[in-house]
Amino acid sequence: MSTVILLAATGLGLGALYFLVASGLSLIYGLMGVLNFAHGSFLTLGAFAGWEVARRTGADSWWTFLLSILIGAAVGALFAAFTEFVLIRRLYQRHIEQVLITVGLALATVALFEGIWGTDPVFIQGPAWFKDTTELLGARIPNDRFVCIIAAVLVLLAMVLFLKRTRYGMIIRAGVENRSMVTALGIDVRKAFTLVFTIGGAAAGLGGVLASHYFGYVSPLLGGSLLIFAFIVTVIGGLGSLTGAAVASVAVALLQQFANFYFGLGDLAVVLALALVLLFRPAGLLGRKS
Amino acid sequence: MKPILNIAGLNAFIAGQQVIEDVSFSVPATGITALLGRNGVGKTSTIKAIIGLIGRTGTVELDGQRIEKEETHRIIRRGVGYVPEDREVFSKLTVAENLKLAERDAHPRRQLVEELFPDLVKRSGQLAGTLSGGQQQMVSLARALLNENKVLLIDEPTKGLAPKIVQEVADTLAQAAATVPILLVEQNLQVVRQLADGAVVLSGGRVAHTADSAADFLADEDLTRRLLGVHDDGAGAAAPAAGSGAGEPAPEVAR
Repeated sequence: MSTVILLAATGLGLGALYFLVASGLSLIYGLMGVLNFAHGSFLTLGAFAGWEVARRTGADSWWTFLLSILIGAAVGALFAAFTEFVLIRRLYQRHIEQVLITVGLALATVALFEGIWGTDPVFIQGPAWFKDTTELLGARIPNDRFVCIIAAVLVLLAMVLFLKRTRYGMIIRAGVENRSMVTALGIDVRKAFTLVFTIGGAAAGLGGVLASHYFGYVSPLLGGSLLIFAFIVTVIGGLGSLTGAAVASVAVALLQQFANFYFGLGDLAVVLALALVLLFRPAGLLGRKS
Repeated sequence: MKPILNIAGLNAFIAGQQVIEDVSFSVPATGITALLGRNGVGKTSTIKAIIGLIGRTGTVELDGQRIEKEETHRIIRRGVGYVPEDREVFSKLTVAENLKLAERDAHPRRQLVEELFPDLVKRSGQLAGTLSGGQQQMVSLARALLNENKVLLIDEPTKGLAPKIVQEVADTLAQAAATVPILLVEQNLQVVRQLADGAVVLSGGRVAHTADSAADFLADEDLTRRLLGVHDDGAGAAAPAAGSGAGEPAPEVAR
C-alpha cells in the first residue's frame, strides 16, 4: 500500500510539472495553431534563472526559493513574449515555417545554454524541508512533490480565474473556438496571442524552477526532455483545453510511474496511451472536435 | 447622397484561388441593399473581402475613406457590423459573454438589444452552443446591433430557420435598417422582396446586374430565372427555372 501511495504522490508531482509545460502549449496551439517546439527552452531558461538566484542569494532559504520561482517565471514570460513578438508574429498561418523556426530556436537555445552554463547538469539545493519526507498512509513522500503539486494547482486555479473572469480571458476562450470571428468583432487578437505566449512562458519558467528541485539538477536538456511528454499530454488532453491538459497531465504521469515501477515500461505505456487516444478519440479527452 | 460603401474592382482569393473578380458596386447610405446570386457565386466571399477576412485586391471605401489596406479589426472599429453566415456564435461562451465580447463602444446599446431580443436576456447565462438556430441568429444579430455602425454586412440571416423565426429575423432587420444601411446576402426571395431596396446580383464571381429596385428585379421573370435559377412570383411560391427539375416541388429559395 505504501508503495502505491508513494508512486501516486511521485506521479502527481511529475504530473504537476507536465501540466505547467502543457498548459501553455495547449493554450498557444488552441488560440494560434502554433506548435511551439521552443516551449522547453522557456522552461530551461527559467530553471537556470532560478538556479542563478539560488546560487547568489543562499540556496537553502525559503525566501530564496520564492524569489527564484518569481524570477524563473518572469524570465520564462519575457523570453516567451520576445519569441512571439519577434519570431512568431510574422508567421501566423504559415505552419511549416513556424515549426522550422521553433525547432531551430529550441536547438539554438540548447547550444546557447551549454555555452553559458556548460553541458553537465548543475545540481541545485533548496530549503532543507525539500529533502525531508512526510509520512502519508504509511508512505514517506519527499516534500518537494507537495510543492510541485500545490504550485500546479495554484497555477491551474489562477489560469481558470483569468480565463473565466477577465475580458482577455474571454477573448482567449473565444479565440480558441473561432479566431477570425473574434477579429470580426473588432478585437485585435494579436494582443491575446502575445498574452497567451507570456502566460505559457511564465508557467513553463515556474515549471523549470520546480523541475530543477524535483530532479535535483538543471541542464540545458531539461526542457526538451519534459517537452516531449508535455506534447503527449497536450494531445491526450485535447488541444486548446486547459482542463484537458490538467487531467491528462495527472493521467499520463501516474501511468508512467506505475508502468515504470511494475513493468519497467513507463515511456512505452505513455506512447501506447497516446496511440489509443489518437485512434479512438482523436480530438483528445476534452478537446473540441475539428 | 454619397454611398456608405463603395467597392471598385474587388478581387478575392481563398487558398490562392480567385473567388470573385472585378466586383464593383455601391451601397447607399440608407436602406437595405440585397446581394443576390446562386450558391457559390461569391456573395459570402464578397462580404468577407470587404472586411479583409480573406485576401483581396481592389478598392473599398467606407464613408469616403479607403479601407482595403486595413486589418479586419480596424475596419470593424471604423463602424462595420458583421453578421456571418451560420451565426458563428462562440458556443462555449454564455450568451452574456458573447454579447460582452462584441461591445466596442464606450456606451454599447444594451437597452436596444434587450428590447429587440428579450429572450436573450432570459438566457444570458446559457451557453450559446446550446441555443436553437434561431436564438443563435438573435445573438449574432445582437452582437452587430450593440454598437453604433455605419453599415451592417449581414450574410444569410434566415438560413436554416423555421418560417416563424424567419419573419422575426426579417422584422428585426427592418427595424435595424431604419437607423443603419445594410448590405444583405439572402437566398429567401420573399425576405428580399419584403426588405430590400436595391439589389446587386453576382454570377460566376462577377457583378451580373445591379438594380435600384429589388422588387423590380424580382418581378423580371427572365432575369431572375437566368441569374438566380428561380423566379418568385411574390405570392409566396418560387418556381424553378426551366429544366431544373420539372415535377418536383418548387424550392423556396434561390439555388
